[in-house]
Amino acid sequence: MLSKTVAELATALANKDVSSVELTQAYLDRIAQLNPALNAYVTITSELALAQAAAADTARAAGQATPLTGIPIAHKDIFCTRDVLTTCGSRMLANFTSPYDACVVERLQAAGAVMLGKTNMDEFAMGSSNETSHFGPVHNPWDQARVPGGSSGGSAAAVAADLCAMATGTDTGGSIRQPASFCGITGLKPTYGRVSRWGMIAFASSLDQAGPLTKSAEDAALMMNAIAGADARDSTCLDIPAEDFTAQLNQPLTGLRIGLPREHFSGGLSAQVQEILQLAISKLESLGATFRDIELPNNHLSVPAYYVIAPAEASANLSRFDGARFGYRCENPVNLEDMYKRSRGEGFGDEVKRRIMVGTYALSAGYYDAYYKKAQKIRRLIKEDFDTAFRDVDLILGPTSPHTAFKLGEKNSDPVTMYLEDIYTIAVNLAGLPGMSLPAGMLGGLPIGMQLVGPALSESRLLNVAHQFQLHTDWHTQRPEV
Amino acid sequence: MTWETVIGLEVHVQLATKSKLFSGSSTHFGAAPNTQASLYDLAMPGTLPVMNEEVLRMAVSFGLAVDAEIGKRSVFDRKNYFYPDLPKGYQISQLDLPTVGRGTLKIQMDDGSEKVIGITRAHIEEDAGKSLHEDFQGMSGIDLNRAGTPLLEIVSDPDLRSAKEAVAYLKKLHSIILYLGISDGNMAQGSMRCDANVSIRKKGDTEFGTRTEIKNVNSFRFVEKAINYEVQRQTEILEDGGRIVQETRLYDSDKDETRSMRSKEVANDYRYFPEPDLLPVIIDDAFIEAVRATLPELPDARCQRFIKQYGLSEYDADVLTSSRDMAEYFEAVVALCGDAKLSANWVSADLLGLLNKQDLSINESPVSPESLGTLISRIKDNTISGKIAKTVFEALSEGETDVDAIIDARGLKQVTDTGAIEKLVDDVIAANPDQVAQYRGGKEAVFGFFVGQAMKLSKGKANPAQLNELLRKKLGA
Repeated sequence: MLSKTVAELATALANKDVSSVELTQAYLDRIAQLNPALNAYVTITSELALAQAAAADTARAAGQATPLTGIPIAHKDIFCTRDVLTTCGSRMLANFTSPYDACVVERLQAAGAVMLGKTNMDEFAMGSSNETSHFGPVHNPWDQARVPGGSSGGSAAAVAADLCAMATGTDTGGSIRQPASFCGITGLKPTYGRVSRWGMIAFASSLDQAGPLTKSAEDAALMMNAIAGADARDSTCLDIPAEDFTAQLNQPLTGLRIGLPREHFSGGLSAQVQEILQLAISKLESLGATFRDIELPNNHLSVPAYYVIAPAEASANLSRFDGARFGYRCENPVNLEDMYKRSRGEGFGDEVKRRIMVGTYALSAGYYDAYYKKAQKIRRLIKEDFDTAFRDVDLILGPTSPHTAFKLGEKNSDPVTMYLEDIYTIAVNLAGLPGMSLPAGMLGGLPIGMQLVGPALSESRLLNVAHQFQLHTDWHTQRPEV
Repeated sequence: MTWETVIGLEVHVQLATKSKLFSGSSTHFGAAPNTQASLYDLAMPGTLPVMNEEVLRMAVSFGLAVDAEIGKRSVFDRKNYFYPDLPKGYQISQLDLPTVGRGTLKIQMDDGSEKVIGITRAHIEEDAGKSLHEDFQGMSGIDLNRAGTPLLEIVSDPDLRSAKEAVAYLKKLHSIILYLGISDGNMAQGSMRCDANVSIRKKGDTEFGTRTEIKNVNSFRFVEKAINYEVQRQTEILEDGGRIVQETRLYDSDKDETRSMRSKEVANDYRYFPEPDLLPVIIDDAFIEAVRATLPELPDARCQRFIKQYGLSEYDADVLTSSRDMAEYFEAVVALCGDAKLSANWVSADLLGLLNKQDLSINESPVSPESLGTLISRIKDNTISGKIAKTVFEALSEGETDVDAIIDARGLKQVTDTGAIEKLVDDVIAANPDQVAQYRGGKEAVFGFFVGQAMKLSKGKANPAQLNELLRKKLGA
């Protein structure tokens, strides 16, 4: 039962095969059993979950069920949850209880979803392995010596290990897609502005976007129906009418034109991953898609541009954590400067401090033009590359990550090695486009994902292609033995 | 050595919106600390700014009033620095693309001369909260009620050449802001705050000298004193062969001096960059024209109209249009009594004198425009003399409101009955034979004595014209 998709669980709940309370209790039991080893959750809200489940059962009995009513969900601990700890994976917020709910949390709750708890993550979403969390790393359910990816590593591991039916994540440079690839699940980063950022603790405001981590593309579509849409509290949230993301799932792929970026299939990509992608390509061809090579000539500049823009924005976004109003404050500060320095020095981890310093440097007088401004120019070029490509193709397909999940500690020594983990995903954030990762094969007992990228607002098309692929493959149904 | 003073002003005006620039909290002044601070104002994690459109309308109306370029695309930026009353650790402001661009402001000096001062720009930004250092035994309190209140920072060109010009500029700015109704302009409460950039240079030099910035001066008088002090200080330093340090200085009104606050050399690098949480603000012509249509008549235009329509002197028109409330008061009085000249005299002399003495603003005046209008009407219809009117005015200023009731109750009505005046004249002539002889002997100046005596006898109520006429007739006989 716990390995079922949201769509399947919705049917089971509707048929009264199981109640939400029973389902929730079953997940809570499994969490109690497996979380100590996986460390996917940092907070488990058992009582609240059972209360919400009971309410969901009542709503269902009253005929007021939505497709998500009674479905247990895990929230990345970057989303503010009223009266529940919201730590963002940091010592800085280890004691922080939010006075309000994030828009995403609010909407999923309104849709009847049951919150099981909050998932572990890289501190302030800064990391690609979940190893920067103040609460310790998450272990990949496929191989506990390996990382789950990051920064939404806890959410991805929880979905893969059946510790929830679905989870929320956020993606600033690949933080939904890369862990989805490493954990063998489906993850969607929507178009920038699709989902409100209200209540989502900011890392890099112009890049951050919330999205679903699920067991299937269909589930991602169901979650998108709940979370996407205009929100007056976020000025960057697009004011466009609601969309039914499940409507196009069953469209045939005949006539679909997919581009293969030459840059993504050369260089660092291993032959084995290439082979797996080739099989996926053949499958999609058999479903009616045609392929052609395309160029994204500025893609190689995306990592350096990103590591200027994201830290620059982060350096300002994280200024509010000063020990004055909430979060960590050092013991016995002697004066204001001491309070700032020690609260921030002790409250933030190394990677966060590194990025604050990089960002501060990039914005400093005399360096702004050379770094921040130049990075913004590159960002525009990258966006233009995609615009050009989408004149000839409907979607772009490539690897999500150069390889499968790596070992804990393997890439910790050199930050740049870790930054290059996101080489295929980062450009998508810089261009504000929707991208998703879905399981495409297994390599040495570990899952590997492929990435689909579409033009702005093409989520329905991406989900359609992913769903059709999943109807004809079973990679997404594979589960680790934990 | 002759020195020339160069001054540029940065004026922060708190815009009189109901809610804050980027949150729905109230901007009301004087509430209990931190009761007007929303999640966003507290910079809670995950909160985001949403622009208050009313602020944009107010900024554009100011821009139009000073004939400025309106930024069709303005962009908010983050100005980064740490301070406890700045909860986000950055202030949202506008750096390169402000809403209001280059404009001009015409100032009038006391000697009647005029000067055009350039306005560099006016940008929208958030106010900070307040740090409270008293009452906390060595600790500081933070009140975030003011945090996020919309400000318009109006930056002048370095066109001002004396403290007097600076004050004239400030007063004009103040007047325009009140005319537009975009701020209450209350300097004591900090609704209008002024930073003055002051430098001096040798007369004839084209380069500017090193400037100092005097922060947060909160009255017109203090601006004048602070600048004068600073000019004197800089002059002494340069004449002694020293050099000016570019720095921020604080004006201490108790000691009437400026003191160094911090040196710019170690000042913050604000690391401005575009605010990613807000979209650029795009303004189209329709919006600008809609704002223009709501603009009130502004001081300069009103002044010209007063000269033309009411035949006022330039000086009177200037005084009467210096504030919107004053001009409106004046026009209400004229509408009632129909005599602009008399109204101008009464408002600019008697009423203003009264208000200055009691330190009241025109809308706190104890004498309403209705009362003053009626009073002037009673002069015009000969019910009372101009002199007696002063007595009635005094009663009005002490809180009475009904002009006719005052006249009746105190028997102030003018005597116009010829028989009664003739009796007065006869009595005075009879009582002062010596003076009569003098007058008749050619000493014209004694005439005033008779007028005075007769007026005294009538308790001031005799109609002066009739009295004069009868006196001349009878004395001449």
